[in-house]
Amino acid sequence: MYSNKYIFIYSSVMVLIVALLLSAAAMFLKPMQERNMRIEKMQNILASINITAARGEAEEMFDQYIVETKVVNNKGEEVEGNAFDVNLQDENRKAPEERQLPVFVANVEGDTYYIVPLRGAGLWGAIWGYLSLASDLETIVGANFDHASETPGLGAEISQTAFESQFAGKRIFNEAGVFSPVAVIKGGAPEGDLHGVDAISGGTITSNGVTNMISDGLAVYESYFKNLKSL
Amino acid sequence: MSDNTNKPKKEELFSVKNRKLLSNPMGKDNPITVQVLGICSVLAITVQLKTSLVMAISVMAVMAASNVIISLLRNTIPPRIRIIVQLIVVASLVILVDQVLKAFVYDVSRQLSVFVGLIITNCIIMGRLEAFALSNKPWPSFLDGIGNAAGYGAVLLTVGFFRELLGSGTLFGYQVIPNFLYNIGYVNNGFMILPPMALIVVGVIIWIQRYKNPELVDVS
Repeated sequence: MYSNKYIFIYSSVMVLIVALLLSAAAMFLKPMQERNMRIEKMQNILASINITAARGEAEEMFDQYIVETKVVNNKGEEVEGNAFDVNLQDENRKAPEERQLPVFVANVEGDTYYIVPLRGAGLWGAIWGYLSLASDLETIVGANFDHASETPGLGAEISQTAFESQFAGKRIFNEAGVFSPVAVIKGGAPEGDLHGVDAISGGTITSNGVTNMISDGLAVYESYFKNLKSL
Repeated sequence: MSDNTNKPKKEELFSVKNRKLLSNPMGKDNPITVQVLGICSVLAITVQLKTSLVMAISVMAVMAASNVIISLLRNTIPPRIRIIVQLIVVASLVILVDQVLKAFVYDVSRQLSVFVGLIITNCIIMGRLEAFALSNKPWPSFLDGIGNAAGYGAVLLTVGFFRELLGSGTLFGYQVIPNFLYNIGYVNNGFMILPPMALIVVGVIIWIQRYKNPELVDVS
């Protein structure tokens, strides 16, 4: 039989070795993992202007199409900062007037697009995405969504093209010029609705999450868009 | 199976017995179709061949390595905490695999998402540690791990093959169903993408296997 002392020493030593091994591996692999995440972010940003970039070419294409990145505040003024590295999760915890809001300006064959990141809550965890606007700052060009842990086949469908492609051509201001973001409508948006898209059957809470994410996420940019339009 | 502890050596590396360790799990000892273990992951990750393959390789790496480690430690592990020791060994290996996947095949790692973590709970691994590695030498344990992982992987790939082919018309992401078939009205079977079809495909495999090998019929 093994004594209690032996068992305690055995488990402590084992845990120590395992901890050392795993932290060493994590430190060693971290740069590669972070690079992968950056590339994925670039792919997602490009996907919101309907450009599909393969892994290998994402960095190159990002540099090619994204001509300007800037950080603005909710009054629409440009502030210091690196748009790409802004962590939206942290920003969303701050009061709206303190947030750093990233804007990516893309130029595709002469057309200018404005891409803004969004982040909100789905059913099980975070959902996030990128929405691109045409140069009129009213019409949506494309959207790209992703999620941490929505239910496969239900809420997780928001990251599928079938859902995302509904956003193209929708508008975020109504005819009177009042901010009116796109809502995800349960039971389906009426034909020709410029401010609504079809929700996902069985994914109501995720769909509502997308609605809130878009309205909250775009609301803070309203002044910026208005300033830009009046130029 | 485990009476080779106090035998005059020296056994060949690939003796008949050792070869059995590799081949049995592929056939009449298959962890999925005969022992019906690890079904959860079969349902979850066989929508595409690529994820099936990566999962099979990951499980093989974890299973072979953990079998060897546990086998090396087998005379020092206090029986009272042996399950904890096994879990820690498996869990750290799985975390390693997850980190490596994230660093080198990020897309695949995203698709497998939580299922890499769930390798820890794959009952085949714990089962082999408990049933084999704890009472056998490292080399046979290594073969046992490879054999069982291969048996698991073979079923995974078979299921993945049919689900991707019939559900998406592709194999490893390349379209194999020619376009003219779609033009004359062929439609991918969307049902194949859903988990229940994995169960049905596994059921068909079990059926065929038992039809060919009647001695299995009474086993379970």
